[in-house]
Amino acid sequence: MATNKGTTLAMGGRGHGLKSKAPAMATAGPVSIWMILFVMLPLIYILFISFMTRNTFGGIDYSFTVENYTEMLQPLYLKVIFKSLKMAFVTTVVCLLVGYPLAYWIASKPPKLAAKLLMLVMIPYWTSSLVRLYSLNLLAMPNGFISLALMKLNIIDKPLDILYSDGMVFAGLLVALLPFSVLPLYSSIEKMDRSLIEASKDLGANSFVTFKNITIPQTFPGIVGCIILVFIPALGMYYVPEIMGGGKVMLIGTLVKNQFLVTKNWPFGASLAILLIFITLAILWIYTRFAKLEDLEVC
Amino acid sequence: MNTVKNTRLSKRLKRKRAARIGSNIYATLVFIFIYIPIAMMVLFSFNDQRTNYYWNGFTLDWYEYLFTRSDLWEYLVISLIVALASVILSLIVGVLGAMGLARFEFKLKKLINNSLYIPIVVPEVVLGISMLMLFETCHFPLGLWSIILAHTTFCIPFVIIIMRGRMAGMDMSIEEASQDLGANRIVTFFRVTLPLLVPGILSSAFMAFTLSIDDVIITNFVAGPYATTLPIKILSMVKVGLKPEVNAMTTIMILVLVIGVALNSVFQALLKKRAVTSNKTYF
Repeated sequence: MATNKGTTLAMGGRGHGLKSKAPAMATAGPVSIWMILFVMLPLIYILFISFMTRNTFGGIDYSFTVENYTEMLQPLYLKVIFKSLKMAFVTTVVCLLVGYPLAYWIASKPPKLAAKLLMLVMIPYWTSSLVRLYSLNLLAMPNGFISLALMKLNIIDKPLDILYSDGMVFAGLLVALLPFSVLPLYSSIEKMDRSLIEASKDLGANSFVTFKNITIPQTFPGIVGCIILVFIPALGMYYVPEIMGGGKVMLIGTLVKNQFLVTKNWPFGASLAILLIFITLAILWIYTRFAKLEDLEVC
Repeated sequence: MNTVKNTRLSKRLKRKRAARIGSNIYATLVFIFIYIPIAMMVLFSFNDQRTNYYWNGFTLDWYEYLFTRSDLWEYLVISLIVALASVILSLIVGVLGAMGLARFEFKLKKLINNSLYIPIVVPEVVLGISMLMLFETCHFPLGLWSIILAHTTFCIPFVIIIMRGRMAGMDMSIEEASQDLGANRIVTFFRVTLPLLVPGILSSAFMAFTLSIDDVIITNFVAGPYATTLPIKILSMVKVGLKPEVNAMTTIMILVLVIGVALNSVFQALLKKRAVTSNKTYF
């Protein structure tokens, strides 16, 4: 009954008998313990390690330092960080620009059809993202479909040199993340009170003004939700730049991964992770200004 | 006068129609963009060429190779074991947790509720390293179990969110009725609550399964050298070039998934129908 004991501790209740607590402990207990043990404690540990010193053998000396954070300011790392932010930002903007009209289109369909169309958006996400990315690379090869087609059409006279470039990394992020932008956008567009649009038009506003003043503010939770589900993952998806960039494009996700799996520099990797967590928290903070966390559509 | 109005009206209709056609074309183009990589993958699984670079002719050789000589199955089996175990674990913890968080008040409730969003919003790479640090610090061996524990961790929040949505729309007075009629909490849970939750549990199981079976980022940290899931194997193969057997395997997996989705929706519709008819007989 070690679990039960732990739960009582976790809930810290007093004044009630054990019997009346039993149902609460049996249901909320396991999840509380799990989240504390596997999510919260490790994150606190990351914060702790990020202020420790790496010793020469790849282990950790428990002496306080802020060096891991100052190391981030080196031009080499700053460049990686800014490039990652830029890449994630552009991906998010394009996902919004592409996903919003698509979500709007789906929301304008009858519910049954809309459910099927949403399914169609999500199916690709169930296939191995690695294989999809690889397929994208095949298209971009010098003797791949894109170059051959463009040469046939006499638009170019020699194969394009686009394989393993920033552009392909960006295309990969787009392919991997576009479905996730459609879900939150769809749910907020669907919830929107459409009579307001008619009212706005009846009162003489044109489509653009209506869109800007009615549609956008009403669907804003969806837009910020899209930022959460696209911008943040785009920062961390290390395998996208690895496959699409062929090892030539370094983004922050790969940098973090390498500190743990290649160079064994936990403290520096931890400090980079803390940076990522701060970016996440900042975006979440903005989100909670406009909507409740519970309303974030993730599945 | 009337004709002027009519032409104006028809102009408006025409514009509306053009907008509709335009948006249909747009949506089709986006779907094509989303599906091109998959179409390529399926196409090349039938390609009579080893290196996967250009189209050489139709063949079923890769499927034959897959079913007779390929070692990919080994990794698929590990992926399936991991997915199944993490689905079961995350369902147990998640379904109970969703009920507990919905019905009981306790001190840490807000903290636990908020912590559920951490695995969803924090970049996966952060979750991966936190898991790796946890296991290494506790000297927990990396392998099958560490993967299962990590997968369960990121599946639980999704299970709870889905279950919470389903439970909100459920009539819980039936539970009270059951207890009024003399059943204790445990009997009520197994005979009344659980059957009502079956559709939600199925959706959660499906979600958890798809999350687990395709995970690369977190698994890569916690897998260790002795347990390799299919995505991790594919990741190591991608760098040197995939053989079409991988395409064949992935094609089959999509097919199975799509059939699974179809069966799930049929099943959910059946359950709904049964619930409606049973309601009718009761009330």
